[in-house]
Amino acid sequence: MEKILEVENLNVSFNTYAGEVKAVRGVSFELSRGETLAFVGESGCGKTVTAKSILRLLKPPFAVIKPESKIVCNGKDVLKMNKKELCEFRGDEVGMIFQDPMTSLNPTMTVGKQIMESLMIHKKLDKKAAREEAIKMLKLVNIPSPEKRIDNYPHEMSGGMRQRVMIAIALACNPNVLIADEPTTALDVTIQAQIMDLMMELKTEMNTAIILVTHDLGVVANFADRIQVMYAGEVVERGTTKEIFNESKHPYTWALLRSVPRLGSESKEELYALGGTPPDLLLPLNHCPFADRCEYCMPICKERKPPETVLSDTHKVSCWLMHEKAPKVESFYDRRDK
Amino acid sequence: MGEYIVEAKNLCKYFKAGKNQTLKAVDGVNIRLKKGETLGLVGESGCGKTTCGRTLVKLYDATSGTVLFEGKDVSKLHGKELLAFRKDAQIIFQDPYASLDPRMTIGEIITEGMNVHFHMSEKEKEAKVNELLHKVGLNAEYANRFAHELSGGQRQRVGIARALAVEPKFIVCDEPISALDVSIQAQIVNLLIKLQREMGLTYLFISHDLSMVKHISDRVGVMYLGSMVELASNHALYDHPVHPYTQALISAIPEADMDEEGTKKRVHLEGEVPSPINPPAGCRFKARCKYAKEICGQEMPALKEVEPGHFAACHMCGKEDW
Repeated sequence: MEKILEVENLNVSFNTYAGEVKAVRGVSFELSRGETLAFVGESGCGKTVTAKSILRLLKPPFAVIKPESKIVCNGKDVLKMNKKELCEFRGDEVGMIFQDPMTSLNPTMTVGKQIMESLMIHKKLDKKAAREEAIKMLKLVNIPSPEKRIDNYPHEMSGGMRQRVMIAIALACNPNVLIADEPTTALDVTIQAQIMDLMMELKTEMNTAIILVTHDLGVVANFADRIQVMYAGEVVERGTTKEIFNESKHPYTWALLRSVPRLGSESKEELYALGGTPPDLLLPLNHCPFADRCEYCMPICKERKPPETVLSDTHKVSCWLMHEKAPKVESFYDRRDK
Repeated sequence: MGEYIVEAKNLCKYFKAGKNQTLKAVDGVNIRLKKGETLGLVGESGCGKTTCGRTLVKLYDATSGTVLFEGKDVSKLHGKELLAFRKDAQIIFQDPYASLDPRMTIGEIITEGMNVHFHMSEKEKEAKVNELLHKVGLNAEYANRFAHELSGGQRQRVGIARALAVEPKFIVCDEPISALDVSIQAQIVNLLIKLQREMGLTYLFISHDLSMVKHISDRVGVMYLGSMVELASNHALYDHPVHPYTQALISAIPEADMDEEGTKKRVHLEGEVPSPINPPAGCRFKARCKYAKEICGQEMPALKEVEPGHFAACHMCGKEDW
């Protein structure tokens, strides 16, 4: 498959009063056309920062993308773009759906104007053509009577509809990559199912690559092709959805999978709860970031960073348990099946 | 006093919404809670779950219908009796970021209720705060901190400690976990279950996370646009949902499991919840229901017992031809 986006050794820091917070530390991944890659992890693990870096939406000088990082989209180096190139890149090549549909639309503009804006800039359409195109987009995202709805303001719409408008804006210029940052977190289950199905339909229709940022493992199991599990600004495990759900090897992935109640499980039995908190990213971190909370922690885990072990073409894990001299441990799956 | 600690009969709560319009947030709901049980309440946003919970603890006064707490009508309570009710019925709020006073220390927040209900010396209060913080898994030194110094999970624990401080019998948990991360959610739910076992608490657990509700509840009620459409024990509800809305709701839960995903069939629900201002006549779900017949547009279905302990409000339930 054709690679559309390549991120290599991405390092992002925030300069705060307390010092430098290294929010993303050495994240690399690739994305092919028509593929869905999910970023999974707790809040503060760098999912959103990684996603925003791709569009260079983080504000300097507070946020700094380190010079050793590399982001290449469709053959173009994103980090070397000037202001004008960046404007052309955003929205046209990569579209983004933001986390909160209630606050990320402009309340003083009609939704139609907000969709038309990018069409007029990127596709150089005149007002009339852009309006027609915007109505078409609204129809595509299943908004009833789009000819009327196009003149509505965001406050006249429900949460699900606003999220659809966000999708329409992001997809208006038919981007190669769509970044969806927690697209359904603020929505109800039935609306969530509608929105996710819609995104998947549009994906197959337009062959868009999708980056899905979420902490909902249920959504991921349903809709992602590949998953990367992030922890404290690093990717600790990556693989196809099947590999992550059925053969994961990292104790953090196990912890995530264990902490969700399953519909088939006994009620009121104790849920697995991961103790402790993620490491303070202000402090230097030269060992495995998960070591302090890991129940399988060995002395080496607190001394050196584990290398990425390759288990298959797609499945890679950064954990010392993968080392040939490490003891064999009882995995999450062995325990569950008991 | 009967076996029920809380009993709501034909509970209605209307809000004024502009000129000559009423928003029927809760419309004719019957709820009964046994001592020591957990009733889950699920439904989409805007269906009246929170209003229902708030009316039960008299944060709102019911428009019509009665709420009985330990056999006494809550709306007729005055003076000492009302004070006792306020002590026995507590609520844990949805948003741990907005429900703690930013200008008070955690210790002050927790003792506020105790000052009203108990006569305690400063020393006793301090000991009690330490005990409560310990119970909800926080360090005793947090008593002198402010809410903004704590994380979301820690704040929610403070919210729980505040509710427990006055030794209640009944707690309404209004989406206590929806603002939290998965790993923290598990911690809070475990804590709630543990406290219930130790102290014999009764919970009304409001959430839109259906798998979590199944996990914590004994019985589950499903609400749609202000009325209860199905009520059953949690196994019965999740294994054999009767109402078409419940079926759609349960099939829409994305499960974090690869094996079951392949076999599950999703029932698609088109459209959105109609506005609770002047809701449609007849069955409120009819516009989105694929089984809707003529009768559904004329009469509002009542909650009927389909199986022992399993109630559903649907005209078509139990009939062969759908």
